Amino acid sequence: MDERLRRLLGASGPELTCDECFAELDRYVELEVSGTDADAAVPGMRAHLEGCPACGEEHESLRALVAGDDA
Amino acid sequence: MAPAASLDLESRAWIDALGDDGVVRDDAVARLHALLLRAARFEVARRRPALPHLRGNELDDIALEAADDALVSVLARLEDFEGRSRFSTWAYKFALLEAAVKLRKRSWQGREIPLEPESWSLLAARGSSPEHEAEQSELLGSIREGIESVLTPHQRRVLVAIALNGVPIDVLAERLGSTRGALYKTLHDGRQKLRAHLASQGLAVDRAEGGNRHG
Ligand SMILES: [Zn+2]
Repeated sequence: MDERLRRLLGASGPELTCDECFAELDRYVELEVSGTDADAAVPGMRAHLEGCPACGEEHESLRALVAGDDA
Repeated sequence: MAPAASLDLESRAWIDALGDDGVVRDDAVARLHALLLRAARFEVARRRPALPHLRGNELDDIALEAADDALVSVLARLEDFEGRSRFSTWAYKFALLEAAVKLRKRSWQGREIPLEPESWSLLAARGSSPEHEAEQSELLGSIREGIESVLTPHQRRVLVAIALNGVPIDVLAERLGSTRGALYKTLHDGRQKLRAHLASQGLAVDRAEGGNRHG
């Protein structure tokens, strides 16, 4: 979807809240970095990360930090 | 807390040392602070290109404050650590959050928060073909109309500030005396109304989503 549309409308479908996102973030990132299907394990996470710029930034940072540690 | 067996060795060692007393705990707290400071500096370095007006020592101070605040959060929440990730990953997220929030607030410090559309031209169609542009133009026009007609004043302010003007949600929360969670709920409800408005006009957002996801 167009970046502006995504910012305005968010993702379709159910999504986590910011608090739920923070609670699941460490587990989700480790699954992602290990190549596991993180979206199947944490439903609603991807939709929230696409709809919430602040959580999206924090997710990208944690993933980069953990991936760097593992490299 | 999860049973001991479910923690990996390194995480177990952190929890045991932080739950100890005397010099063992002091040493673990110092190592934890160093780990949090590394994560906070990582975040500051990532955001630095977007913050050209901040001086180096100011950024160092933000990283240190973030690490200090994250240390307090982590120590207060040790009981919540269930071993669903490594302890270091779990601790990192507190430092990244503190640093990200402080950087967003610092970069908006003294700036007026735009609650009205700065420019509807942000919603001008930019299609890859005339047909695509016409389709997009109709969709964006309907979104603008929906923002003006179906949202409550509060939903409109929040959606315009965050989704159109790019105001960070935690900065807006502070200015409005609200919380990130409450504002996201408002944003989400507003988005649902806009989606319903588009659907009532027979406009297919999901086709735009599917068709342009990789484009
Ligand atoms: Zn969020």
